[in-house]
Amino acid sequence: MEERLKELKEEALQLVEKAANLKELNGIRVSYLGKKGPITEVLKGMGKLSPEERPKMGALANEVRDTIAKAIENKQAVLEEEEVQRKLAAEKIDVTLPGRPVKVGNAHPLIRIIEEIEDLFIGMGYTVAEGPEVETDYYNFEALNLPKGHPARDMQDSFYITEDILMRTHTSPMQARVMEKNKGKGPVKIIVPGKVYRRDNDDATHSHQFTQIEGLVVDENIRLSDLKGTLEVFAKKIFGEDREIRLRPSFFPFTEPSVEMDISCKICGGDGCSVCKGTGWIEILGAGMVHPNVLEMSGYDPKKYTGFAFGMGPERIAMLKYGIDDIRHFYTNDIRFLKQFSVHE
Amino acid sequence: MLVSYKWLQDYVDLTGVSPQELAEKITNSGIEVDGVQALNEGMKGLVVGHVLECERHPNADKLSKCLVDIGGEEPVQIICGAPNVAKGQKVIVAKVGAVLPGNFKIKRAKLRGEESNGMICSLQELGVESKLISKEFSDGIFVFPEDVTPGEEALEKINRDDQVLEFDLTPNRADCLSMIGVAYEVAAILDRDLKLPEPEVTESGEKASDYISVKVEAPEDNPLYVAKIIKNVKIGPSPLWMQGRLMAAGIRPHNNVVDITNYVLLEYGQPLHAFDYDRFGSKEVVIRRAKKGEKLTTLDEVTRELTEDHLVITNGKEPVALAGVMGGADSEVKSDTTTILLESAYFKGQTIRKASKDHGLRSEASSRFEKGVDPDRVRQAAERAAELLIKYAGGEVLEGSVEDNYLNIEPAVISISLEKINRIIGTNISMAEVEDIFRRLRFETVTDNDVITVTVPTRRGDITIEEDLIEEVARLYGYDRVPTTLPVSSSTPGYLTDYQRKRRAVRRFLQGAGLFQAITYSLTSPAKAGKLALETREPVKLAMPMSEDRSTLRMSLLPQLLEVVKYNLARQNDSVALYEAGTVFLSKGANVQPEEREHLAGAITGVVQENLWQGEKKTADFFVLKGILQGMFALLGLEDRVEYRQAVIEGMHPGRTAEIYLSGERIGFIGQVHPAVQKEYDIKETYVFELLLESVLRADTTPLQYTAIPRYPSITRDIALVVDKEIVAGELEKIITEAGGSLLKEVRIFDLYEGEKLENGKKSIAFSLKYYDPERTLTDEEVTKVHEQVLEKVKEKTGAVLRG
Repeated sequence: MEERLKELKEEALQLVEKAANLKELNGIRVSYLGKKGPITEVLKGMGKLSPEERPKMGALANEVRDTIAKAIENKQAVLEEEEVQRKLAAEKIDVTLPGRPVKVGNAHPLIRIIEEIEDLFIGMGYTVAEGPEVETDYYNFEALNLPKGHPARDMQDSFYITEDILMRTHTSPMQARVMEKNKGKGPVKIIVPGKVYRRDNDDATHSHQFTQIEGLVVDENIRLSDLKGTLEVFAKKIFGEDREIRLRPSFFPFTEPSVEMDISCKICGGDGCSVCKGTGWIEILGAGMVHPNVLEMSGYDPKKYTGFAFGMGPERIAMLKYGIDDIRHFYTNDIRFLKQFSVHE
Repeated sequence: MLVSYKWLQDYVDLTGVSPQELAEKITNSGIEVDGVQALNEGMKGLVVGHVLECERHPNADKLSKCLVDIGGEEPVQIICGAPNVAKGQKVIVAKVGAVLPGNFKIKRAKLRGEESNGMICSLQELGVESKLISKEFSDGIFVFPEDVTPGEEALEKINRDDQVLEFDLTPNRADCLSMIGVAYEVAAILDRDLKLPEPEVTESGEKASDYISVKVEAPEDNPLYVAKIIKNVKIGPSPLWMQGRLMAAGIRPHNNVVDITNYVLLEYGQPLHAFDYDRFGSKEVVIRRAKKGEKLTTLDEVTRELTEDHLVITNGKEPVALAGVMGGADSEVKSDTTTILLESAYFKGQTIRKASKDHGLRSEASSRFEKGVDPDRVRQAAERAAELLIKYAGGEVLEGSVEDNYLNIEPAVISISLEKINRIIGTNISMAEVEDIFRRLRFETVTDNDVITVTVPTRRGDITIEEDLIEEVARLYGYDRVPTTLPVSSSTPGYLTDYQRKRRAVRRFLQGAGLFQAITYSLTSPAKAGKLALETREPVKLAMPMSEDRSTLRMSLLPQLLEVVKYNLARQNDSVALYEAGTVFLSKGANVQPEEREHLAGAITGVVQENLWQGEKKTADFFVLKGILQGMFALLGLEDRVEYRQAVIEGMHPGRTAEIYLSGERIGFIGQVHPAVQKEYDIKETYVFELLLESVLRADTTPLQYTAIPRYPSITRDIALVVDKEIVAGELEKIITEAGGSLLKEVRIFDLYEGEKLENGKKSIAFSLKYYDPERTLTDEEVTKVHEQVLEKVKEKTGAVLRG
């Protein structure tokens, strides 16, 4: 009997060792360890043994059973692991295939520039004011020291709707509107982005509709040097720390003194090239100290208050910054154009 | 204003300052110089030639065979095609080896069998614009009117060795519309001496007043009129140097008299006019406003109808010139003119501006009057012209000028403190520096302690207030020397308003959902202005549009957004997803500003999601776009207040359009563009929306509050309801939500079936209902009770039955 048990053990262990898969292994478990299996069979013959031998044989049978069970368990773990590996191998994919594209749009380049500038000035304590695109002659011209018949009105031929109503030619009318609202008190610190309109034929460098950002600061003791400092912060933030700025005298009816700001040309580094017309400088914006007539008309005492104002064109800034060669691209909205401004540098 | 570098040296010594350096200095201190042009750029080998012989080319009718002395040992043979070439002329010859503009090299050649060793040149061939060439030489070669020597450098003789600075003048600097004005500016910038012309006129015995009288009847428009009489002039070409300077300044030479008036205009900035005295029509000059309907034929042979707005020079009977703008044809100086009535006057800018605008005539003269001439130079300019007429037209100037004078212009006297100058600029300039700046500008000053009093010459009419003086100080002190500071005022918070902040959130959301932001034009055609508009009113139109397409203010964004879709589809951008946030304009009646409303519109067509190699593709449809809007409303916490109601809107697909309501207010629509409109735009199936963005962004929102994360399990029950096809899902959802009460937390539609398994005219909609109580675990019985209520209610209201 003992012999038979040992034989069975050897036989079973060999089979377990050879088992190729979990099914086979399970078969071995059922046939050797099941209720009708050979070990049970062998133990049926226990009755014939002497009482002394019985416990001995019982222990042996249990040991055989345990050994086989243990072997099956071990083998099962091995086979299971193999199974997992096989499955994983079968699940292999080509990771170089493209992912499912996420379709996203992006902001229009002009809005991108405008938001960038808004954020910069918000950081310096400005708020963003917006106003009507159709203005009265008073706010568009007269309140800005441009009375009817003023020669400078030539500079901005306008789209009039009636004699007193027109498409605003700049975002400057908000200067007067905001100052009136503040009722002669400082400080006023605003920027005004928005669409403006002029009687121009559309071509590569002109557009009858374009955008502008106006800035205005009015308070006691505002100096020309403050304007210079503010514009320098702006230029370096938007165009790069390595840019130089230069102020040149200019003329706007609503500021006195008036200046234009140039930045050093990035293309040639100031040596002169076709982009800067050989001067090494690129004109960026117009600015100046708010004209006392403008302050007075809007209810501010020019003896007490001074201020500065500036106006810039996001189209021009975007064209310079991104190297865009035709202003019409901004209004044609070709997806192939718009798409390029999704990248955050 | 084109400023000749050579001419400028008559007044200011420019030694050691190149034209380029000068341009930069002028730009930095006040006037933008757009460029410096060398008139002889890219040219060499041009000499004076003397045509010794000239005969017809033996083999060509239109060519001449010339023998030309070009200063060498032997004369050379040159074949010339110009009709005006003739024996004895002094001409400009491009020698063999010469280079003309455009890198055109002159080589030895054979023309129809005859040798040609060079080229006789026209001014065009030297790069002179046709409009600047006197009529005499406009169709042929240039011929020197004076004695010049063969072989001499030719360009020098006609002032083409000059460099020209192109001034981009701002309207305030009218003083620099004259060479003398520029000279003042340059002398101040360089701090150098100024040498101005001092006309010397020897008058003849006769008195001008015996020949002419002057009466100004409109002194407001014409405060000063000066007339001079010059007899015995001989009309002919003006001297070459003068022609050259005129051409450099952009003015075409005509004859000595006209050239002299133009020369003085450029030199003094004072427009002059020369009448033919014998053709003037009377012995009196009367200046008055025109009568309505009066006519005048101007020099350009155009007969112009005048109104009371226009100032005219008359001979007492009829207009002979449109004052300050253009002379009349009848009194024009011609080749047989012998006596000249010379006019130098001060006309008011606004009057001239009106006439110039009404007649579409802008001349060198009118633009100067418009911007304001120096009243001090009216007489000086007349004297200068008289001097030149004696010298270059053989004229005899009669004694005295005849004037009518109402002029009362005092130079401005302005006082300013040094403290104010420094306070406004932010500098610490000394009084001595300030005084020195005004000395350079040649402004008289008196200093009293901290205060400087400046007498501003009349030539600088732009300077009227203290701030103008501050600018003069700042620009000549140098903006590069102004310190860089930031405002030190009380600090102000910088922020976006709620509206601006939410608008940015909406933009970002739409972009994240795949839409590109577009910006289109506010001006459109009358036909498009009101298309697909949420509200239409009488369209707002421009008084003088540039084209019909850009004549009317839009009342909706979509028509132009569809144009953008069309543009992109036509360029192989097959899938288009766009949005625009922009203003629409609604009339509030004539002569008031229209109401401006901010709208939001979007359009999608083509594929919205795909992965080619996986064979996945989702094209745009109503629900794709609706999903985007739902997401947007959810972003603003408004999703529960928005309703979509089936609607019929002109231009939209009648079965696939919904109006959108926010808290019961109609704020927009969504749907498919009507196939007929799609065809009209030549676009594919396109889905669009347009909303009143203002209403969306201004809607009251519930303050954001945390709600507890569920702690107890929820119970979900699915039901499929069979209803009549006409019953819409939204209605069922509404009934279910109401009937479910507080325990029903979520209702979702997960299936829709219409087909043969159902009775005709029926459909089945499947809902998933989620019940939950935040306080405890719900029992099956409790849910069943509510769920049955829900079913009962739906059945009662819609006749729905559970699908078996």
